[in-house]
Amino acid sequence: MTCKELVDFMVDYLSDQLPKGQKEVFELHLSLCPPCLSFLETYRETIELGRCACTNPDGPVPEAVPERLVDAILAARKAHPESDSHNR
Amino acid sequence: MRRTAVRLVPSELLSALRDLGDRTAYTRRVPHPPTSLGLLSSPVASGGVAESATEVQGFSSDADLLAALRRGEEAAYAHLVRLHGGRMLAVAKRLLKVESEAEDAVQDAFLSAFRSLDSFEGEAKLGTWLHRIVVNASLMRLRNRKRRPETPIDDLLPRFLEDGHYLDPPQPWHDDAEQLLQDAERRRWVRDRIDTLPDTYRTVLMLRDIENLSTQDAADLLGITPNAVKIRLHRARLALREILDREFRGGER
Ligand SMILES: [Zn+2]
Repeated sequence: MTCKELVDFMVDYLSDQLPKGQKEVFELHLSLCPPCLSFLETYRETIELGRCACTNPDGPVPEAVPERLVDAILAARKAHPESDSHNR
Repeated sequence: MRRTAVRLVPSELLSALRDLGDRTAYTRRVPHPPTSLGLLSSPVASGGVAESATEVQGFSSDADLLAALRRGEEAAYAHLVRLHGGRMLAVAKRLLKVESEAEDAVQDAFLSAFRSLDSFEGEAKLGTWLHRIVVNASLMRLRNRKRRPETPIDDLLPRFLEDGHYLDPPQPWHDDAEQLLQDAERRRWVRDRIDTLPDTYRTVLMLRDIENLSTQDAADLLGITPNAVKIRLHRARLALREILDREFRGGER
């Protein structure tokens, strides 16, 4: 397995979908190749950073829905009662 | 992260959602007056939507609320929107980036949810169900946007020598992810970098890594194969990694 191939297998490795044999080869390469180890670590950190940056919004979570939007949604429902499963 | 992937009744729900699929037809059926937001202007007086937040707190559980919704109680609808609308709006904003479009997507989502209350299965949580509906409504809007040509991300993918070694061998970052995200400024910076990814890739990254949908569910929602989801997700992560690497790489370059 080359470094390039290892990078290609990374999605499957991280979701634990590599067949056993391939997983062993993957991990063997990783144990012998510091650049690939760094790549895997930073790839993982990328996922984690993206997740935290997007799900941990600055300021109080979660913001309230603006009242005018609440009103608009309720008015739209009233305007089209046939769209309710309740009224079908 | 504490969120777990919850598998929802996808087949039924998806078919219910597909009824809404042709958004053009839907818009025709529900003509909006051209307000600046594209939302229905709200003639509150005619609707008599007067319940205050305190008046609508009488639902102790999803089951209570659902029963009241199915009976068509106005207060229950208002409660549902106030209870889940904020979180749904945040999801729509993450996907659509444009506030007014996000609000429209939330409205689409609620109307679609009201229509499919019958198909809602009690074992899923209302919040999880609505989350999925608003993701779908946002994707519909993304899909209907005028296609802008996307910048290729090839320049952001790792490059290799012919023998499969890295052209520029990776190095560790100078801090771990947790430390990197201590300050709000930096989180915003990461969000902005994600927003620079072309929609094709950004969407898959959002659905899989941020909204925690399974590969299959993301594939169903996007109308592409699970394998295409995997490939796009990998490329999106690689591109984002490269962008972050330029900032966080340990030693001197
Ligand atoms: Zn290697």
